[in-house]
Amino acid sequence: MMMNHSLKSQCKVNPGTVIEGKWHRNRYTIIKELGYGANGIVYLAKNQNQQVALKMSDNGMSITSEVNVLKSFAKVQGSALGPSLLDVDDWDRRSGKVSFYVMEYIQGPDLLTFVQQKGQAWTGVLIVQMLKDLDSLHKAGWVFGDLKPDNLIVTGPPPKIRTIDVGGTTIQGRAIKEFTEFYDRGYWGLGTRKADPAYDLFAAAMILINTAYPKRFSKTTGDLKQLKMMVRQKKELMKYEDVILNALQGQYSSADEMRNDMLQLTRSNPAQRSTVNRNAGPAASSQAASRQMYRQKKQKGSFFETLLITFIVTLLYFLYIYGQLL
Amino acid sequence: MKTGTLKQILLITDGCSNQGEDPIAMAALAKEQGITVNVIGVMEQDVIDEQGLNEIEGIAMSGGGVSQVVYSQQLSQTVQMVTRKAMTQTLQGVVNKELQQILGGSKTMEDLPPDQRGEVMEVVDELGETVELEVLVLVDTSASMKHKLPTVKEALLDLSLSLNARSGDNRFSVFVFPGKKKDVEKLLDWTPNLESLTSIFSKLTTGGITPTGPAIHEALTHFKKKRSLRSLLSRDDESFFEESV
Repeated sequence: MMMNHSLKSQCKVNPGTVIEGKWHRNRYTIIKELGYGANGIVYLAKNQNQQVALKMSDNGMSITSEVNVLKSFAKVQGSALGPSLLDVDDWDRRSGKVSFYVMEYIQGPDLLTFVQQKGQAWTGVLIVQMLKDLDSLHKAGWVFGDLKPDNLIVTGPPPKIRTIDVGGTTIQGRAIKEFTEFYDRGYWGLGTRKADPAYDLFAAAMILINTAYPKRFSKTTGDLKQLKMMVRQKKELMKYEDVILNALQGQYSSADEMRNDMLQLTRSNPAQRSTVNRNAGPAASSQAASRQMYRQKKQKGSFFETLLITFIVTLLYFLYIYGQLL
Repeated sequence: MKTGTLKQILLITDGCSNQGEDPIAMAALAKEQGITVNVIGVMEQDVIDEQGLNEIEGIAMSGGGVSQVVYSQQLSQTVQMVTRKAMTQTLQGVVNKELQQILGGSKTMEDLPPDQRGEVMEVVDELGETVELEVLVLVDTSASMKHKLPTVKEALLDLSLSLNARSGDNRFSVFVFPGKKKDVEKLLDWTPNLESLTSIFSKLTTGGITPTGPAIHEALTHFKKKRSLRSLLSRDDESFFEESV
């Protein structure tokens, strides 16, 4: 991790410390540290026998920003987009003021740990679950941003995937607030860092790849070719090859679309994991083929479109320069 | 709320200056002119000594910016994080100023109850997305930086990728120090993206002294020069950032 000395010293508290909010006067007893990131530390804490997660940071702005996201999630009905928000407050310490917020404690192993314990068969199921949540998040106008296995917790039983840490969650159309290189479209040279649904779906595909390469891998050529090669080297990934490649290239416009393709694949692939892909069933392959054809047609059209737009923009630019010089 | 253009100097170095004016004083001068100075200290296996560390923190502090020391592998992510953090900090300063005018006294965002703070934060977020940004990158090319330069280049390309995802305009320029003849040398003039950097960067030679102070000083005049040139071209550019700060 980065060496942020100030962060560690300001928000580091020992188990047993009682934190009392300045505004709402709620008291929380720290039990242990759950994790830390660039923007603060998350603790497990207790408030009147209820276990909660408490995030604090000496950067009050990032706390406020995350609280705004969680609040707007709460307005989306009947969904479990992020952890639910319980309290927001400031804690006066001798060394200064620390902002914190309290949320529901989501308990369980992270995605990679869970898949390692329970087997690869869970990967598809959990990703499909996640895509459903992503779809409602996107429909509400957000993009999750920093989507990665560390931020995906499997609770249960019955196993259910939940997202935590909304530090990267961004309004659609804006620049992604926070990301992790391996799961970032821009890092692999496959798109911008503007928040759109396809940004999250790229990360979802990288998470799938990550389940077969738990230690990740480093960028060599750093393009689609490298990622394709990595997918083809793993049997368990070949099963999802079409979906992964579509998502990596931004071919899905919604999480639902990707989810449906995932479901198609899992449905037409009953239990015989040794003969993958080719036996993927007529439904899946024909669907994939038609998708590809459609795409080719679209690409041709978009080429002329690009040319036309470039031409118009150049023309306008010259007019502008001309106007400036006069 | 008019914020004008945010101006930042991003200094990438791996140690202590050893020539010319005190860089901390030059950073203070920059702040007076409404320019924020951010510093990133790059380490390899070696560790930056105490003196270097103090200087890095000192420059950022007196330049009203953010500093961070990292291993070169983490440079890309740090560069964009530091730049954004400094942007938010500056914008927050602008918003606080407005708040003080409305609420009176020395109230800042941090003094508001959490609910209201959230609403103000939305304004800061919105500004961060749309404000115009000028970043002048100052790269230390003294001998010890030699094998870190490819990583620096990657990090700068990555920075332009991140910032160009915003809807506000960006302009970047890149300077290196020491230059071939002078203390500082211009590598790339103001441009909206840094892609042209790839070819220039590979030809860079390293070596010599580390005139950090003079480099910051020279960088300041570059902001100025550009301003007068632009005001020649168009008269509508009066609202500069110092007004609101």
